[in-house]
Amino acid sequence: MKKLLKYLNDYKKECVLAPLFKMLEACFELFVPLVVASIVDVGIARGDKGYIVSRAGIMVALGLIGLLCSVTAQFFSAKAAVGFSTKLRHVLFNHIESLSFSELDTMGTSTLITRMTNDINQVQNGVNLVLRLFLRSPFIVFGAMVMAFTVNVKAALVFVVTIPLLSVVVFGVMLLSMPMYKKVQAALDQVLGKTRENLTGVRVIRAFHREEQETQEFMEMNASLNGLQRFVGKFSALMNPLTLIIINMAIVILLYVGGYQVNSGIITQGEVIALVNYMSQILVELVKLANLIITVTKAVACGNRIEQILEVESSMADGTVNAADSKAKTDSAKIQEDYIVFDHVSMCYSGAKEPSLEDITLRVKKGQTIGIIGGTGSGKTSLVHLLPRFYDISSGHLTIDGVEVSDYQIDSLRKRIGIVMQKAVLFTGTIRENLLWGNENATDAELYEALKNAQALNVVEGKALGLDEPVEQGGRNFSGGQRQRLTIARALVRKPEILILDDSASALDYATDAELRRSIREMEGDTTVFIVSQRTASIHAADQILVLDDGRAVGVGTHEELLESCEVYREIYDSQYRKEEE
Amino acid sequence: MAAQKKNKAGKGTLKKILRYVKKQSGWMVLSLIMAALCVAGTLYLPVLAGKAIDCIIGPGNVDFQGIYGIAHIMIVVLLLNAVCQWIMNVANNHVTYEVVRNLREDAFKKIEILPLSYLDKHPSGEIVSRVITDADQFADGLLMGFTQLFTGVITILGTLGFMLSVNLKITLVVVLVTPVSLFVASFIARRTYSMFTLQSKTRGEQTTLIDEAVGNQKLVQAFGQQQSMLNKFDEINERLQKCSLQAVFFSSLTNPCTRFVNSLVYTGVALCGGFLVIGGGLSVGQLSCMLSYANQYTKPFNEISGVVTELQNALACAARLIELIEEEPQVPDAQDAVVLDEAKGRVELEDVSFSYVPEKPLIEHLNLSVQPGQRVALVGPTGCGKTTLINLLLRFYDVNEGSIRVDGKDIRDYTRKSLRSNFGMVLQDTWLKNGTIRENICMGKPDATEEEMIAAAKASHAHSFIKRLPKGYDTYIREDGGSLSQGQKQLLCITRVMLCLPPMLILDEATSSIDTRTEIRIQKAFSHMMQGRTSFIVAHRLSTIREADVILVMEDGHIVEQGDHKSLLKNNGLYAKLYNSQFSA
Repeated sequence: MKKLLKYLNDYKKECVLAPLFKMLEACFELFVPLVVASIVDVGIARGDKGYIVSRAGIMVALGLIGLLCSVTAQFFSAKAAVGFSTKLRHVLFNHIESLSFSELDTMGTSTLITRMTNDINQVQNGVNLVLRLFLRSPFIVFGAMVMAFTVNVKAALVFVVTIPLLSVVVFGVMLLSMPMYKKVQAALDQVLGKTRENLTGVRVIRAFHREEQETQEFMEMNASLNGLQRFVGKFSALMNPLTLIIINMAIVILLYVGGYQVNSGIITQGEVIALVNYMSQILVELVKLANLIITVTKAVACGNRIEQILEVESSMADGTVNAADSKAKTDSAKIQEDYIVFDHVSMCYSGAKEPSLEDITLRVKKGQTIGIIGGTGSGKTSLVHLLPRFYDISSGHLTIDGVEVSDYQIDSLRKRIGIVMQKAVLFTGTIRENLLWGNENATDAELYEALKNAQALNVVEGKALGLDEPVEQGGRNFSGGQRQRLTIARALVRKPEILILDDSASALDYATDAELRRSIREMEGDTTVFIVSQRTASIHAADQILVLDDGRAVGVGTHEELLESCEVYREIYDSQYRKEEE
Repeated sequence: MAAQKKNKAGKGTLKKILRYVKKQSGWMVLSLIMAALCVAGTLYLPVLAGKAIDCIIGPGNVDFQGIYGIAHIMIVVLLLNAVCQWIMNVANNHVTYEVVRNLREDAFKKIEILPLSYLDKHPSGEIVSRVITDADQFADGLLMGFTQLFTGVITILGTLGFMLSVNLKITLVVVLVTPVSLFVASFIARRTYSMFTLQSKTRGEQTTLIDEAVGNQKLVQAFGQQQSMLNKFDEINERLQKCSLQAVFFSSLTNPCTRFVNSLVYTGVALCGGFLVIGGGLSVGQLSCMLSYANQYTKPFNEISGVVTELQNALACAARLIELIEEEPQVPDAQDAVVLDEAKGRVELEDVSFSYVPEKPLIEHLNLSVQPGQRVALVGPTGCGKTTLINLLLRFYDVNEGSIRVDGKDIRDYTRKSLRSNFGMVLQDTWLKNGTIRENICMGKPDATEEEMIAAAKASHAHSFIKRLPKGYDTYIREDGGSLSQGQKQLLCITRVMLCLPPMLILDEATSSIDTRTEIRIQKAFSHMMQGRTSFIVAHRLSTIREADVILVMEDGHIVEQGDHKSLLKNNGLYAKLYNSQFSA
């Protein structure tokens, strides 16, 4: 939680002023018992009504000043708390966006979402309350003690004993319940996960008529959340009764001590009332505090969860070479020849037992088309994900333009690469906004060209608003094939130097797929293309085909060469064409 | 006008929440009794303290005996008081968390029966935000409400009684001035309700963006769109900041304002009390007691007003949750719906028309008759309505016109559950739940034995890769399948169907992500599985559909060609064009 506090820096002024005005308000409140004591000791003792009226006037004035201070304080604290949470959300969102694929894989989406939403709301509440009351309350408590000393030192000693006792109870309950609140939030994560899952997987769940079991599972998670909440609730509910006992015992003792002091003529009856009043003020303050402490404890638990995410550093250090600069070098003949080089590359996902890629060697000339084929789980996707440095290699060398991929500035590297992922996802917005992801400066003509090359022209033309047709979340108002073609167009808009098509034609019929490949081949510029596919038809015209099996390269060559030399490739080919030859 | 309407909606929500609270009436009663006892104790203590002070009059004039006796009573009272307070807190916790639990449960149950048209239209992030964040905020508000509203009301009543027993005139002063604070509070609350609603709405919008951006983070990074996503996020974030600031600040005005009213009350008591003591109508101890009552009496007004703002927020959140709970569910199964046992598998479509949006007709007047055991392949350019047809067969959507019959009976006359359990479905969009591989495979047949499961996994060629996973079948997979490849996920989805083997099959691009070598092998298993089962196959790879009994070539929601592979090739129409294109590289 501590590290989060730096995001309050922009609100230093507010963070000082809010408690300050609260304290001012409290000060004026602390004078009230003294005024009352003087009413008893002076006004009543002398029977002086004028004196009582003037004192009452002072009390009203104190109240009015208190009101002004308090409103000011509320404004500053609201400003600081809301500003803080806004900043925090920004920082957290930014941080999540900077995490590398490995971290995203291990954390999971739903917990990130709760942390961004629910947890930050709790922290905002916490900060707001702390600014308003956490300083006010101790101030009143200690202020009451100081005032008690001005009345009578011996009686004030009762305060000296009471206050530490109270702090032990208050902070004890707070510290002990903190880990429990953490557990509550974790249970909430689960409930969120289940809800989300049932929304994203609704078709499968209904097709397998799993509604009842899912509801059952949800109810169990919900119940365990409920159980945890109630358990923490029972524990934190101890605070109020305990403080009540301590304070009232203190009042009893105060009456005793006061009695002796009055008996020996050291203090007056009015002063005993003032002492009891001060003790009551502490009680009132603590009751308020106790309710708030629950909120604050929760806020701290949530804050820690946010901090946890912020502490996850991207395991990938950014490089220093600007890929745009190194582009110039590409012209030298040597680099043309060895444009992209995989040199004994191995790769192992974090936490995995076995490497997903082992000892891959491949030399790619600029402008070549590379086909990558292999069985399910053979490492095709892992291989192409190394180029934009989504993951780091664990051994060997991978160079583009003669520079290690890890030496590039990641952004500049990725700008040169257009990738179409297996899962075709579009984002909320319009078709145009989605396409502009590839290149924000693209003109409409360029967009249409990319659409044409991606065989997606009819998708746009079929829409009433054309490029401005809205896209709903995940692109679900488009069919799978339409989405896929739009994601291809998105990559093409970039006019990438390296184009990666990761099984991106799976939802396309063969005619469209063939058209797509033809137009990519005919695109201007010297684009180096990586095509990952299951279909030999999609890659058989490639300049080089890499055959993967279980993370190892079992063949490299052209279609004809591989048919001769590579058994795995032949098998794949036969599986697709045998029937035809019969 | 608009404000009035909103207020009405607020009241409606309150009524509905009360229905949930009613279920906890036992605990409510306990909480009320404890609150009453607690308040009685809290109020009695100042009386005792006041009496003790009256024993302390001046030097040499202190009744120690009296103080001693009073002190004893005080200790007993305060101990009892503490116990009551704890029980009351526990009861309040119980009520709150139970109510929220029930609300969440109902919301979830509703999600399970909402029509797909609703779920397809509403971003999942927004629904999640209702079930999680709104429910949580509501719980916070409700808990505060209970703890403070109860004791508050009882304290007010109790103090009134005690004050009356001490002195009538001072009581009148207190009673007349205090309600001013209520007016102030309710004035502020009315103004803030709409601010809270706006805050809730903006939050929902933000959650949707977060859901999308975080859920597809890899894509965002691949395109280097972090900055533009952040900009979008910041735009909403800024709006949220503005409306939150308003909501938080204005609602927090309640407390200082009412506290000011209270200090007026306190002053009034001191003033009147002072005069009365001089006039001899009141002892100093009684004045001290009245002063602390004035405090006790006004404090709940203070708190109640605070609670009212908190409740406004809670109510705005609850309204969104309840809106979801009250959403129109899918058309329930007909009362006399029949259970479709083991379907023979005759499927007929008669004059079926359907569209997602009325303006855009999709499927029009479609007729089709499939004999039991036939293999039907659906072929056509993307977006021609193949997937829609599957949506209709499984009753994810209902037809607009015409009817679909299975075994001669309209599918709307069967129970959904039994209809769907007669279909085995593998979709292109592979979806796995959080859980172990085993749980995922056995989804359709939870009571499958280990042998059955492994046999199914072997048939779908998933066994070998599952075996290699760290914990085999007990490997836990995260949402979206995590580290599994698209093809591996698809194999798991196929295994799922292999295991329960229903009489009719729907394979929507079931093998699109699986390499062809494996596919050939699965294909064999599929052929075996399809024996005697009516099957609907959607595929782009024409090799997978060559063996179908009937191939339906669709375009723009119509069937343009129909026949088997050979006859369609001879026809030299759309099918032939599609087929030939796959070999012309």
